[in-house]
Amino acid sequence: MENLDQFRKETKEWLEVNCPPEMRKPMGPGDVVWGGRNCKFPHPDAKLWLQRMGEKGWTCPTWPKEYGGGGLSFDENKILQEELMAIRARPALSSFGIWMLGPALLEFASEEQKKKYIPEIVKGEIRWCQGYSEPGSGSDLASLKTKAEDKGDHFIVNGQKVWTSYADDCDMIFTLVRTGPQEPKHDGISFLLIDMDQPGVTTKPIKLISGKSPFCETFFDNAIVPKENLVSELNKGWDVAKRLLQHERNMIAGMGLGGGGSAKKKKDQAVSSGMATMAKTYAGEENGKLADPALRQKIASFDINSHAFSLTMRRASEESKSSNSGPSPASSMFKYYGSESNKLRYELMLEAMGTKALGWEGEGFGPAELAITREWLRTKANSIEGGTSEVQLNIIAKRVLDLPQ
Amino acid sequence: MSLVLNEEQIFLKDSAKKFASEKTPTTHFREVRDSEIESCYDDKVWQEMVSLGWTGILIPEEFGGSNFGVAGISSILEELGRTLTPSPLFSTAVVGVSLIKHANDDVKKDILSKVVEEGLRLCFAIEESNHHNPLKIVCEAKKDGKNYNISGEKSFVIDGGFADKVIIACRTSGKEGSKNGLSLFVVDANAKGLTVTPTKMVDSRNAANMKFDNVKVSSDMLIGEEGKAYEIIESVLDISRAAISAEMLGSALQAYEITLDYLKEREQFGSKIGSFQALQHRAAIMFSELELCKSCVIESITSFDEGGNDSERLASLAKAKVGEVFHLVSNESVQMHGGIGVTDEYDIGLYLKRARVAEQIFGNSDFHKNRYAELTGY
Repeated sequence: MENLDQFRKETKEWLEVNCPPEMRKPMGPGDVVWGGRNCKFPHPDAKLWLQRMGEKGWTCPTWPKEYGGGGLSFDENKILQEELMAIRARPALSSFGIWMLGPALLEFASEEQKKKYIPEIVKGEIRWCQGYSEPGSGSDLASLKTKAEDKGDHFIVNGQKVWTSYADDCDMIFTLVRTGPQEPKHDGISFLLIDMDQPGVTTKPIKLISGKSPFCETFFDNAIVPKENLVSELNKGWDVAKRLLQHERNMIAGMGLGGGGSAKKKKDQAVSSGMATMAKTYAGEENGKLADPALRQKIASFDINSHAFSLTMRRASEESKSSNSGPSPASSMFKYYGSESNKLRYELMLEAMGTKALGWEGEGFGPAELAITREWLRTKANSIEGGTSEVQLNIIAKRVLDLPQ
Repeated sequence: MSLVLNEEQIFLKDSAKKFASEKTPTTHFREVRDSEIESCYDDKVWQEMVSLGWTGILIPEEFGGSNFGVAGISSILEELGRTLTPSPLFSTAVVGVSLIKHANDDVKKDILSKVVEEGLRLCFAIEESNHHNPLKIVCEAKKDGKNYNISGEKSFVIDGGFADKVIIACRTSGKEGSKNGLSLFVVDANAKGLTVTPTKMVDSRNAANMKFDNVKVSSDMLIGEEGKAYEIIESVLDISRAAISAEMLGSALQAYEITLDYLKEREQFGSKIGSFQALQHRAAIMFSELELCKSCVIESITSFDEGGNDSERLASLAKAKVGEVFHLVSNESVQMHGGIGVTDEYDIGLYLKRARVAEQIFGNSDFHKNRYAELTGY
């Protein structure tokens, strides 16, 4: 306990000195720092902040020190996050390398691969995207057809990936490819790391019902991949893929959080619900209560579930703290509940805002209102991406509840 | 608040689990139900609970209790809920004891020591209408020198049919709906002028209707200050709501596990029915909902012992969420059992009956959703 107090003190002091003032201001939509070879920084302080945090390994606080991570324990990381929150520090770096690829590499990659790729992720030098889905392989991901042919010291890759987020801005893509066309479908897949800076790789953005999106199609046309970029063994890529999907599910599940229900009550301070506050603004209030009783009832149900869900995320983290286990099949539960909950959140906002939530662009609507409309449409993908809600329920039924095939 | 139990609480939970499986499996519930025992519980089992010290878990050590806290007694109730164990443990050791703790020292000493040592049975007479409402009280106590005379009617008094002491919430002033003017008194169950009519409920437990006709009670039996009982009532109700949520969670988990086993055994169309996606998805949704319930219950029951400042809202969170999910699980469980699900021979229907009664205790899900919204500022 004494060590933790000391750690908190040192962390506080370090952050005080090293977190630039500009990085303690609220973030706008364009202020996310994704890293990469062509990283765009919204402000010179953002570059400085990333450098400092990257050197300390605190962009990936719990990863091992030998690969550039912070080497912090669960409790130390909790303190770090609390202290970052206390000064309202912006995240120094956001990336799929941190959320998805890194944990899988730490578990499956060779020593050389870890030494090469993990520090780049920690420092934000390389920006990664994910090449999983294909036009013909959505929920049935293992039916994927993009093929890699063995050419001695390298592979030649041909095929197409879809839903590759930010592919047009990324440096590298971690990709599932078919290397064993004769094997049963799960046993002929390999996990390849592909450099996108080559003529054989091209990308094309996808427009969604919500408008412009970070999603792309990515085409491989005789792309060249050195043999040392194979992670784990040949035809063993599915094991890596499954693990990585669990990390992705945890990430998407986190989006179901927030909202009034989960707000913590500070001493002598009234609690509030973001949703209810908004509904009062748009739908009116009477004597401090939401004027529309039916809407009020729906928001209360939503807040209760949201509160219960955030407690469950916390409980899972407290329970896994001692056992030190990675994500479990129960991550499907969080993915299912979190994405369904996030969809419901936006449906309720739309209901609360009435016609104010129905603008597409231009006059008559505030920027925040227009953003909510777009985000409402965007949330429809939450229960599809990273495995549909139906696929999550299948996984819970089979792997958690052990129901018969 | 803690979202995992400590060693002490795990110990209590384990001993309750052992007790329930050895002494009070659902066959015990059926024996009592089908017997001539009017109280709907077995006195021998009650005395065994007393000798295990369970009635003293919320009682301070100076009065002979163990003071293991709300999380301790709730962990026991969760396990007893799994086998639908009938007993006046909730009404006595949670509700009654929590109320008596606010009484004067002589009353505390007398009653609490008897609860710990002899299993003196307590009940709380608060409801006056078909829906829980702690402010809808017209039952009246009129001061008469050193005494009070109580008149009025009470209903749905849990375990009230066979209790030894009744704690009654009534008005010494103020109108129905007002927070001011509420007072609490301890009354002997066989006091002159008190008529107790036991009511056998659909879950085969007892509640009671009570009629007070000028029941004379000494002012020593007043709990707290005259007219200022509202805060005591609410704080005791919150502890009780959290504890009954734990019991309901135990019952819901058991009903769910019984059903999951059945899905793995029962064959139709040449396959185990658990292989059908139509049932798998519903089972997976129930699993997720129950995980949420576990978190609400443990957060709520530990908040009282750890001095949390959001206990009221957490009690409503737990009662609202668990009430809803217990309905979901009990309805789905009967449906997934098919025809045998509606027979008396199978246990699953017993959980459905218990769910409906337990949900009404100290506020159903709608009541607590509304209260949660109020406490959250809308």
